Amino acid sequence: MNLFGPGHGACPGCGFPIAVRGALEALDGKAIVVNSTGCLEIVSSMYNRNTWGVPYVHSLFENAGAVAAGVEAALRALKREDEAHVVVFAGDGATFDIGFGTLSGMMDRNHNVIYICYDNEAYQNTGNQQSMATPTGAATTTTPVGNILPGKVGRKKDMIGIAVAHGIPYVASASIAYPKDFQRKVRRAAEFKGAKYIQVHSPCVTGWGIDGKLTVEVAKLAVETGLYPLVEYENGQLVRVRKIKERKPVTEYLKLQRRFRHLFSHPKGQEIIEELQRVADENAKKYGLDA
Amino acid sequence: MRKVVRGFYAIAYAVKLSKPNVIAAYPITPQTEIVENLAQMYANGDLGDTEYITAESEFGAASMVLGASAAGARVFTATSSQGLLLMTEVLYNAAGMRLPVVLVVANRSISAPLSIWNDIQDSISIRDAGIIQLYAENNQEAHDMVPLAFKVAENRDVLLPFMVCVDGFKLTHAYEPIDLLDQDAVDRFLPPYKPPVKLDVNNPVAMGCYAPPPYYMEFRVAMEYAMDRAKEIMLEEFEKWYEITGRNWGGHVVAESCEDAEIVVVAMGSIVSLVREAVKHLRQKGLKVGLLKIRTYRPFPAEDVRESLKNAQKVIVLDRALSVGAEPPVTADVKSALFGLDLKVYPVVVGLGGRDIPRELIEDIVKNVAEEKITPEKRYEGLNEFEEVIP
Ligand SMILES: Cc1ncc(C[n+]2csc(CCOP(=O)(O)OP(=O)(O)O)c2C)c(N)n1
Ligand code: SF4
Repeated sequence: MNLFGPGHGACPGCGFPIAVRGALEALDGKAIVVNSTGCLEIVSSMYNRNTWGVPYVHSLFENAGAVAAGVEAALRALKREDEAHVVVFAGDGATFDIGFGTLSGMMDRNHNVIYICYDNEAYQNTGNQQSMATPTGAATTTTPVGNILPGKVGRKKDMIGIAVAHGIPYVASASIAYPKDFQRKVRRAAEFKGAKYIQVHSPCVTGWGIDGKLTVEVAKLAVETGLYPLVEYENGQLVRVRKIKERKPVTEYLKLQRRFRHLFSHPKGQEIIEELQRVADENAKKYGLDA
Repeated sequence: MRKVVRGFYAIAYAVKLSKPNVIAAYPITPQTEIVENLAQMYANGDLGDTEYITAESEFGAASMVLGASAAGARVFTATSSQGLLLMTEVLYNAAGMRLPVVLVVANRSISAPLSIWNDIQDSISIRDAGIIQLYAENNQEAHDMVPLAFKVAENRDVLLPFMVCVDGFKLTHAYEPIDLLDQDAVDRFLPPYKPPVKLDVNNPVAMGCYAPPPYYMEFRVAMEYAMDRAKEIMLEEFEKWYEITGRNWGGHVVAESCEDAEIVVVAMGSIVSLVREAVKHLRQKGLKVGLLKIRTYRPFPAEDVRESLKNAQKVIVLDRALSVGAEPPVTADVKSALFGLDLKVYPVVVGLGGRDIPRELIEDIVKNVAEEKITPEKRYEGLNEFEEVIP
C-alpha cells in the first residue's frame, strides 16, 4: 500500500516527500496525520486527488498542534489509543511562527503526539517569505536584498532549544539527506509516551534556488558545515549527535544556493558569511560536533 | 430534580449528562464558571470517560475540539466575546468540515471599548459561518438546549456545529429554580455519537481537503442545504424533547398574543421575558400588542416569522447588536422575511454593552409606535446624550 503518493504535486527535487514517506514507513503506516496549511497540504490533499494512504486531517495554518492534541485526546477518550500514532507534519512557518502557541500548548500538556516540522526555512507555499526559521542572510521576498539590506538580518530561532525547554520526552533534529537516521529517530520517538518534536531539514528547490538534482547534496552540506546540527535529546538530556569528520566552511553550502548568492558580492555579504560561520562554530562547540 | 442553581451549573450539568468525549476550553468572563464547573466534575471523577483539556487559548480550544470531533468524538466547548472571535477561523473550518462541534456562548459585548457586560454582538458576528444558533430565554431553556444541540448537530443529515447562546450575567450568573434532567431521560433522547466518517487507520480518509474552483462551491452550497434540513429536523427533535421532558419550548419562533395584535415586538434571548411582562401590562391598558420570540436564529425561520407577523400592522424589532453601517442584524433578517407585506418595521437598538433595559422603556417604545410618535427608522434607545469625539 502507498502511504504517501503517488500523485502528490510537489516540485521535482522537493525535500519533504522524503521525510513524509520515510516517517510513515517508519511507523508502518500506523499513523493519523494532522497537517497545517502549506506546500505539503496543497500538493497532497486536493479533493479527488488525495495522495495519503493514512487518515489525514488538514485544518488551518496555525493550529496543527492543537488539532493533533484533540485527535489524541479523542483516541484516549474512545479507548482507541493503540490504533495509531498521532503525527503532525507542519512547515517551519506553521511551527516557528503562527502555530507556535498551539504547539507550545500541545508540548506543555505533553500530548502523545509526534510533531514533525519539515523545515524548508521559509513560507514556500506563498512564494518564499521569511519565517523565524529562515537563516541569517537568506534572500526571501520579504527579506529581499537591497542597497542597505543583505537579506534576512535576524537569526534562526532555536526551536530545538525551545522544545527541549518544554520538558518533553524526545526532541531531535534530522535531515532528508540522512533518511535512515531520520527514520530511526521517528521510530525512537514512537517509543516515548508524550510529546515528541522532530525537526527535519528539507530543501525547497524554488525558494532556495537550487537544482532539483542537488537537494540531497545541499542538505548534506548544511549538516557537514555545522549549520544544521543533527542532535537528539531524550528526557531533556542530549544523548546523541551526528559527528562531523572534517567540518566544511559554510561557503561550500552557501554558494550552491541562489538565496545566498548576493553574500559573495554585497557590501555586507562578508560580514554575514562570517556571522554564519560563527553560528556553525558555536553549534560545533555546543553539541561537540567535531569528530 | 428541581434545584435552585446558577446558570453556569445548569449548563455544565446538561453538558455532563450529554456525555461528551472531549471538552476543551479557555476561561473568559462571563463564561468561565461553566468550564470551572465541568473541571470540578472532572476532578471529582464525575465525568466518566470524558477527557477535559485546559487549552492555551480559545484558538487552541476550538482547534482541539475540531481535532477530537474529526477523530469521532462528541465534543464541547464554551466561550464569550473576544474568545469567540478568536475561535472564529477555526469554527468556520469546523462548519466547512461538517463537524458537529457544540459550544455554549455566554453572550458578551465586544471591545473596544472593553466591556464584559451583555449584548449579543459576539455570536451575531459569526452568524454566517454555518453554525446553528439558538438563543435561550432562561436557564431552564439553556439547560434543555444542550442535549438538543448534540442531537441535532450530530444528525447525519445536518452535521454542523451548534451554538447555544445564553445571555452573559443576566442568565449565566442568575440563580433560578431549574428542573435538572436525569441521566435516563437524556440517554433515551441522545444516543452515543456515531460519526459517518472519522480519522481511522483501518479506513483512512482525508478530511479538510483543498478544493480548487471546480469543487469549492458545492461544499459551501451543501452546507446551505444542511441548514435547510436542520430546520425540519430541529422541529422533530423539539417534539421528542417535549415527549420526554414534558417541556414544550415551541418551535423556531414562539408567537404570543399575536393573533389580534396590531403591534408585535420581536426579541431574542433573555430580553423575551421582559417583553412578555411589558406586553401583559400594555394589554391591560387596552393596547393590542404581541410578542414574537425568535429561538432559532440560524437557520433563520423566515417562514415562521412571516406567518406570525402577517396580521400585524407594525413590528418592533429589539436588536442587541449592530451591523455597523447597515440595518441591525435581526431587523435585517426580519425585514427580508416580511418582504412584500404591507407593514412597518421599527428597528430599535437597545442594551448594548450591558446598558439597562427597563420594562418601562419597552412599554414607552410600543406606546410611541402606537401613537406614531416615532418613525420606522433605526433608533437607539436608552442612549445617553453624547458628543461624538473623533480621535
Ligand atoms: C492565518 C493565515 N495566514 C496566512 C495564510 C497564508 N499561508 C498559507 S501557507 C503559508 C506559509 C506556510 O509556510 P510553512 O509553514 O513554512 O510551510 P511551507 O509552505 O513552507 O511548506 C501562508 C503564509 C494562511 N493560510 N492562514
Ligand atoms: S515550493 Fe519548495 S517546498 Fe513547495 S513543493 Fe516546491 S520545492 Fe517543495
